[in-house]
Amino acid sequence: MRPRVVIIGAGTAGTLTANRLDRVYGDSAEIIVIDRDDRHLYQPGLLFVPFGLAKPDKLVRSRRAQLRAAVEFHEAEVEHVDTCHDEVQLAGGEVIGYDLLVLATGASLLPGETEGLTGPGWNERIFTFYTLEGATALRSALRSFDQGRLVVNMVDLPVKCPVAPLEFCCLADWHFRQRGVRDRVRIEYVTPLDGAFTKATCNRELSSLLTAKGIIVTTEFNTGQVDGAAGRLVSWDDREVPFDLLVTIPLHGGSEIVARSPGLGDDLGFVQVDPGTLQARGTPNVFAIGDATNVPASKAGSVAHFEGDTLVRNIQRFLEDREVEASFDGHTNCFIETGFHKALLIDFNYEIEPVPGLFPDPHVGPLRLLRESRLNHLGKLAFEWMYWHVVLPGRSVPGISAQMQLAGKRLDAITTERSTP
Amino acid sequence: MTTITATDLRPVERDAEGFFVYPEQWTETMAPEIALENGLGALTDRHWQVIRFMRTTYLETGAAPSIRTLGKTSGVPVKELYQLFPKGPAKLAAKIAGIPKPRGCI
Repeated sequence: MRPRVVIIGAGTAGTLTANRLDRVYGDSAEIIVIDRDDRHLYQPGLLFVPFGLAKPDKLVRSRRAQLRAAVEFHEAEVEHVDTCHDEVQLAGGEVIGYDLLVLATGASLLPGETEGLTGPGWNERIFTFYTLEGATALRSALRSFDQGRLVVNMVDLPVKCPVAPLEFCCLADWHFRQRGVRDRVRIEYVTPLDGAFTKATCNRELSSLLTAKGIIVTTEFNTGQVDGAAGRLVSWDDREVPFDLLVTIPLHGGSEIVARSPGLGDDLGFVQVDPGTLQARGTPNVFAIGDATNVPASKAGSVAHFEGDTLVRNIQRFLEDREVEASFDGHTNCFIETGFHKALLIDFNYEIEPVPGLFPDPHVGPLRLLRESRLNHLGKLAFEWMYWHVVLPGRSVPGISAQMQLAGKRLDAITTERSTP
Repeated sequence: MTTITATDLRPVERDAEGFFVYPEQWTETMAPEIALENGLGALTDRHWQVIRFMRTTYLETGAAPSIRTLGKTSGVPVKELYQLFPKGPAKLAAKIAGIPKPRGCI
């Protein structure tokens, strides 16, 4: 009998999983993808919208059109998953049974969980660029902003693309310099972390980069309340940061679908999976991929791409009654846009933090790791084409393996951070 | 950093930031001393509620809970957590509870 694989979510992770499975199985498996709408958003493009560097309508395409012809696409709201009976309950009452389920339900934004954030000033002087609507509204606000305090605040981790807030600061610096008003705009990055980035070597590079651009970094600030009327952030330990314009990266949680399905999620609604196999804890015929999981890797498209390799092989193994393999190593690869047509590139995994070096070829690169360059910026731009034509169709990127490679990386550059207790 | 000696008289190993390398070396009697090292006064029942919750969660799940998890599930609201363990409640409570540093999910 043909096994039926149901995938909930047709974002980056769900789409590439469906297409890879279709290529492996063809007619010998039934692949069903469910999503609530037919709008696939190119999320890496959101960062550029506020600066007029990307057009909002160019970032959205049909979800269905990204799936191979034999994949069945259901446009429906999922009510919950019943893992005892292997069934997905749809909002209209329809039930879809599965042999194997993949949760590719992503992360959701929870601005309402921070006191005052969606109160006075929301979408007037408080914006997020993590949604298309927010990024578009912020574009108008930035255009008319020519003096005052711009504060970029990451409320808490985990968030999608944790480098995006830093990129936003760099692009804002560039934007205001181009307009000749940089000396009248104070740019401050406010983070709950004890540095610009959690990984020590990368943190050192990024901190000096931000300092050189005159961006103020305020660390260990845990936002408890946002007072939009008075224009201030208040931390849980009563520190205050005043702002005229606030760009917030709100709290993230898992999908509502996971929250409504007993036994699958952690307390933030992320699916509890084994970080090496991506199999759900306690539910062997359920797997998760991408932003939906609780694995300690970045919530980023590159992670979903590399996870896809492990996931598809483990789905095959599971359906053939073989042991699943812990082959995902936390591999992450991110371009960090720094303005002035330059970008940084970082490549790391669960164990090895980002270091300088050459990528993808250890001898010729041509991309340099953890150093600003114009070529890295071109790489970032080229990635948009790759996203639609290589990543979503579920192809491998030539020269880039799913497991992180040590060759070409300068591990001697790892700084051991010392602090006195 | 003072050297805390475990009951079996082996010195306790801690990392550069003061987190226990081997959580099994921790005993409840060490907590007040670690608290003192980190500028805290006497530990109250509310402190202990958080410390025990941190430790239980770590031993059950293999990961130290974040501040959001603490606020949602420890029975102590976030505001109070900051009063009990100033600056970084999750980090400080983990240190006192003898478990590794809570990982930021980057």
